[in-house]
Amino acid sequence: MIEAKNVSKWFDGVQVLHDISAVFETGKTNLIIGQSGSGKTVFMKCLIGLMTPEEGEILYDGRKFRALNSEQKRQLRSEIGMLFQGSALFDNETVLGNVMFPLKMLSKMSHEEQLERAHFCIKRVGLENADNKFPSEISGGMQKRVAIARAIALNPKYLFCDEPNSGLDPRTSILIDNLLSDITHEYGITTIINTHDMNSVLGIGEHIVFINKGHCDWSGDDKTIFRSKSESLNDFVFASKLFREVKLFLEREYEAEENSDNP
Amino acid sequence: MIIGSIKSFGRYCVFMNHVFRVPEKWKEFFKQLIFEINKLGVDSIPLVIIISIFIGAVICIQMTINIVSPLIPSYSTGLATREILLLEFSSTMMSLILAGKVGSNIASEIGTMRVTEQIDAMEIMGINSASFIVLPKIVGFVLFVPVLCVLSMFMGLIGGALVAEFTSMLTMGNYIFGIQSFFNEWYVWYGIIKTLVFAFIITSVAAYYGYYVKGGSLEVGQASTKAVVSSSILILLADVILTKLLLQ
Ligand SMILES: Nc1ncnc2c1ncn2[C@@H]1O[C@H](COP(=O)(O)OP(=O)(O)O)[C@@H](O)[C@H]1O
Ligand SMILES: [Mg+2]
Repeated sequence: MIEAKNVSKWFDGVQVLHDISAVFETGKTNLIIGQSGSGKTVFMKCLIGLMTPEEGEILYDGRKFRALNSEQKRQLRSEIGMLFQGSALFDNETVLGNVMFPLKMLSKMSHEEQLERAHFCIKRVGLENADNKFPSEISGGMQKRVAIARAIALNPKYLFCDEPNSGLDPRTSILIDNLLSDITHEYGITTIINTHDMNSVLGIGEHIVFINKGHCDWSGDDKTIFRSKSESLNDFVFASKLFREVKLFLEREYEAEENSDNP
Repeated sequence: MIIGSIKSFGRYCVFMNHVFRVPEKWKEFFKQLIFEINKLGVDSIPLVIIISIFIGAVICIQMTINIVSPLIPSYSTGLATREILLLEFSSTMMSLILAGKVGSNIASEIGTMRVTEQIDAMEIMGINSASFIVLPKIVGFVLFVPVLCVLSMFMGLIGGALVAEFTSMLTMGNYIFGIQSFFNEWYVWYGIIKTLVFAFIITSVAAYYGYYVKGGSLEVGQASTKAVVSSSILILLADVILTKLLLQ
């Protein structure tokens, strides 16, 4: 479980995050949703310590991140996997080299064990026969898969994903979403996913935190999100015509429910 | 402006403190080291050869044209060519040229790694990215640069010899005699020592600018320009100081 308590962050005097508190549960896909520019990436970077919030506290299963010394931080880092928005694969390494990288640098495994683990991860994300390709030679969806394989190589307890399906077609997006969800449940990882895609929310959103202009306006799950009274959340959720129609449909359903409840 | 420079210098020192750490995995370090020596050093050989031959030839021609006094012995053409090559060209000028090639390469490579979050990806794994990326570049280039320096001296002298061979401006015997007379071995070492310092400046300054890029590809381009400009100025500054220290 990861907790954020009253996190605030400024850039050059401009406040980007306003007093955000949130809880991310173990073994679940936790989603941070919000418009582009609302502060999702900054919040995630504060959570993993790539940025330091001026105020507030981050707790990893009760361990205060701020209070850790550098050796403990390294230890914690080895339990974290991260999937960056642009995949952030190492350009001069092959697919296999990328997945091997954390194993080579951080594990005490023998070369054979490393290879075995890397191949296992590559297979787990459904990529085969691409071992010797370079990142520039494979598609965006495949790059995302490689990045996932690299992120899970060291068996992380915490997995962070920044917009894992931005720039992908809807079908590939769903595949990536499902892959992340499966991996989360399979290994009991605390997964946190940034997204602005409502399809992901409906597909894999077990716990959802909504950020609007740096404020945490709402949190809940994929059922309650449609019944929320929060104006900003409704603006976000029902921005597209499709979801406005879904809303009309749901409202009729709720009415029917209520009518059947008290005849 | 002055405060800005002091701040940058402070940040540069902090950065160097991160870079100079004992590598966590020696095997990976040596792999990177060989890779960088190849990329930064060996790949610069053709450029060094071409430029040195031409400049050697031009210096030789200039000396022949400009030294036309019955009081000055004719072998002084070769002697002057050699001194210019050993003292300034093969160290300082060559380093300025390499600052353009190697410096911009390093700054743009590291800058791209920064803006595409590859550096963040390493940090998140708990790897000291500054040391992992930058140390092999600095060590590799500093180790290899004496080869480039000596090669440049040699090729420059050959350039002069080509002038002697293919023009009637001076005779080969005269040139050979010139480049052999009053030879001071220390000048070669002086050139090499200077080049070592310059190589450190080129790689570390370029890495610094690349590592702290913020933004996108536009900023990467700007960083690589800044890296070349700053390291060129620093090279010239260091040249003055080293010359005073080493040749007095
Ligand atoms: N390094 C930075 N320096 C200054 N401002 C930043 C920085 N990173 C992000 N911001 C600002 O923070 C706000 C939130 O950005 P971000 O978290 O990237 O949004 P998103 O929700 O799209 O991920 C934006 O207004 C952005 O301009
Ligand atoms: Mg973002």
